[in-house]
Amino acid sequence: MAATTTEVTTTTTAPVPQIVARRVEPERTGWTSWVTTTDHKRIGIMYLVLTFVFFILGGTEALLMRLQLSQADNTLLDPKTYNELFTMHGTTMIFLFVVPIMAGFGNYFVPLMIGARDMAYPKLNALSFWLLVAGGLVFYGSVFFNPPECGWTCYPTLSEAQYLPNGGVDAWIFLIHLTGLSSLVGAINFYATIANMRAPGMGWGRLPLFVWAILVYSILLILALPVIAGAVTMLLTDRHFGTHFFDPSNGGSPLLWQHLFWFFGHPEVYIMVLPGFGIISEVLPVFARKPIFGYKAIAASTVLIAFLGLLVWAHHMFATPSPTFVLIFFMLGSFLIAVPTGVKIFNWVATLWRGTVEFKTALLFCVGFIGTFLIGGITGVFLAVFPVDWQLTDTYFVVAHLHYVLMGGAVFGVFAGIYYWFPKITGRLMSEGLGKLSFWLMLVGFQVTFLIQHSMGLDGMPRRIYEYADVGHLELYNMISTIGSFILAAGVLVTAINVLRSLKHGPVAGPDPWKANTLEWFTTSPPPVNNFDVVPRIRSVEPMKDIRRQIARQTAGAGEAPPAPAPESAVRA
Amino acid sequence: MARTQATSLARRLALAVLVALAALLAFAGSAFAGAIVPESGGSPNADHIATLYKLILVVAVVIFIGVEGCLIYSLFKFRARKGAVAAQIRGNTRLEVGWTVGAALILVVLAVFTFALLPSIRNPPNSGPAGLQLATGTLVASGPPKKLPPNGKSLNICVNGQQYIWRFTYAADCSNAPLNSPFSYQQMVVPVDTTVTLDINAQDVAHSWWIPKLGGKFDAIPGYTNHTWFKIPAKYAGTIFTGQCAELCGRNHANMTAQVRAVTPAEYERWLDQRKQDIKAADDAAAKERSQLQQQQTP
Repeated sequence: MAATTTEVTTTTTAPVPQIVARRVEPERTGWTSWVTTTDHKRIGIMYLVLTFVFFILGGTEALLMRLQLSQADNTLLDPKTYNELFTMHGTTMIFLFVVPIMAGFGNYFVPLMIGARDMAYPKLNALSFWLLVAGGLVFYGSVFFNPPECGWTCYPTLSEAQYLPNGGVDAWIFLIHLTGLSSLVGAINFYATIANMRAPGMGWGRLPLFVWAILVYSILLILALPVIAGAVTMLLTDRHFGTHFFDPSNGGSPLLWQHLFWFFGHPEVYIMVLPGFGIISEVLPVFARKPIFGYKAIAASTVLIAFLGLLVWAHHMFATPSPTFVLIFFMLGSFLIAVPTGVKIFNWVATLWRGTVEFKTALLFCVGFIGTFLIGGITGVFLAVFPVDWQLTDTYFVVAHLHYVLMGGAVFGVFAGIYYWFPKITGRLMSEGLGKLSFWLMLVGFQVTFLIQHSMGLDGMPRRIYEYADVGHLELYNMISTIGSFILAAGVLVTAINVLRSLKHGPVAGPDPWKANTLEWFTTSPPPVNNFDVVPRIRSVEPMKDIRRQIARQTAGAGEAPPAPAPESAVRA
Repeated sequence: MARTQATSLARRLALAVLVALAALLAFAGSAFAGAIVPESGGSPNADHIATLYKLILVVAVVIFIGVEGCLIYSLFKFRARKGAVAAQIRGNTRLEVGWTVGAALILVVLAVFTFALLPSIRNPPNSGPAGLQLATGTLVASGPPKKLPPNGKSLNICVNGQQYIWRFTYAADCSNAPLNSPFSYQQMVVPVDTTVTLDINAQDVAHSWWIPKLGGKFDAIPGYTNHTWFKIPAKYAGTIFTGQCAELCGRNHANMTAQVRAVTPAEYERWLDQRKQDIKAADDAAAKERSQLQQQQTP
């Protein structure tokens, strides 16, 4: 917004200036500049900061629960508070942390990676962010009254006014509506941006894999969110306006809710992990110094996972009264998803194979991601076999599985993204020492917390219980898990300290500290408001490699005539 | 090539792990129940679920070791060193098609395991010779889509979830149970070696019926009836199996426990008669008290 500019042309065939400034306005500063901004980078930063705050809140809620469960028959928390805590923890982590932080990364980096000046609809982009803020405020406002206590799935009839009459469930419904609208508006924006604003030469086969992931994330959001919006509206009218959509005593069906909820809820899992996959696919090749292995297979498997992800929702409902045929259909569908997911993991390992792996913190988080997510994928196959699921569902085995997928999958991906892109966002490098400390604390803490939870489930401990009797080894298992959760929290804290410290004291990064592959590293760190003065023509999946090679060629062969297509890509000195 | 050497090594390693695991699970399977294997032992369906779980576990451990092994090996072997140059490989179609097909084949194997064991998990068997002799016409469940034993005879019990207790009604037809049907709360009493079928529903919010040693979870959802079965071996007469509600049902979800007490058929019939008498006595006492109160109120 500093410069009112006119784009003359995007395809560069002659070395003419691409953007002409007619007039330069003084840059706005202070907090009003943040509130009124439509710059995708500032909105992206606000997304990242806000969602990280919610991550800390959700994490604190988790620690309180772990404290309560560290002893059998503990009385630290009463049942009402405990139910409120797991409801807020799940809802916060999903709707206020993982989904929107991916939107934050997408906001900041999609336009940069495709060589665009901003998102397609900058004002809608600001609307997305402020709707998220509104959703978070409405939901956390309930802390001062009655937070919801129906779990993040809010199954009726428990969530009906008859059983939970206070406003907590309503606050949850409005959170779903507001964050849902935020994501929907954002998804349309991403789709329009990626479809229309790619740099010259960037066909679908040269789209960075993170952008592929955000594209598919957007399509899934557009398909899944209207369903949950409808479902929560029905719940709202059930609660306040006398309808009976989910009330069996008046012809309604609690199972209808479960189908609608999971028709959204399962794609939501892929909405959360696919952008994480995208981050891994960007970071791994950079630090292996090797091209990504099987670009097409990874892009195709992203699309296939999303498609299949829309067809497996009832595997969350194997214990409900359902015909065997339905159970078999959803079991086999869930099996099918394991294939493209496995392909991705194999491709990532093959990307490391015969590379020269540089153990930067971002790479460590990627590797931690692969190793951890693999376990979540494997336990997912156990849960897909419905007779086995009958024993495992709604126990701590499922709690372990979902944290291996979402914490191992999405959150480790997010941390890889933070360490990889922090220099681009701030212009400064983060401390590698603190980064590695944080990684090891998080990895060890995570495994100690959640591996044992499989055994807790197999030992008969259902999820969402505020207390348990000390039968079997439950007290021991729970104590181990609680200790692990505090190690994990310490790891997160180290990264938070690292971020704050590096903002002021980190070494200056320069435009391309990692010698990376994609276009965001072509501009300065942090990028100027208009992102790029010139946009190079894209000739491969790794435009920065091409540019570096061309610079090397031109500087080495000074005096000689440049190779024929050289003027096509204008290079900033 | 290093690649083929590594694969053959991995294959041999995988085979060794497979054999070791199979042996471990075969000889010490029960020792792991509740730690790495689900609980079982109280009923054939729970046992078959545990068997299916172990089969998947063996495949899972092999995949886990294989993939994590490749990951750690490549990190160690290909770490950046002076003079090392990364191979600029962009893919290998044959390899990629190979592992896609390989992953699919593993899942076909798992599906075969599941379909092989499914009938013994889903379909109830006949009661054994030591079980309750069920006369045709009494205590016999009927009507699809409930699965019944081949001879059509089972002891039917109606399970009803309520905030925060389970109610058990001992009746053949749960939708039309006689008003004087015997019932109990929290503890279900059943005869051993008898196929017991359950009609599970809920009267307020959703609950989930789960006694780990007697098989998996079956949600009790208001407005619906769910079905499962179990058959406790004769040697467990006198044993109490415990479990608890597995679907969030409100603030005291954690305290909604359930017990199944297995007894001999003779003891079961004695207990049932005693319940009937007790309930009748309590009803009579209540009726008497009611009429007394009415007499007091009428001047």
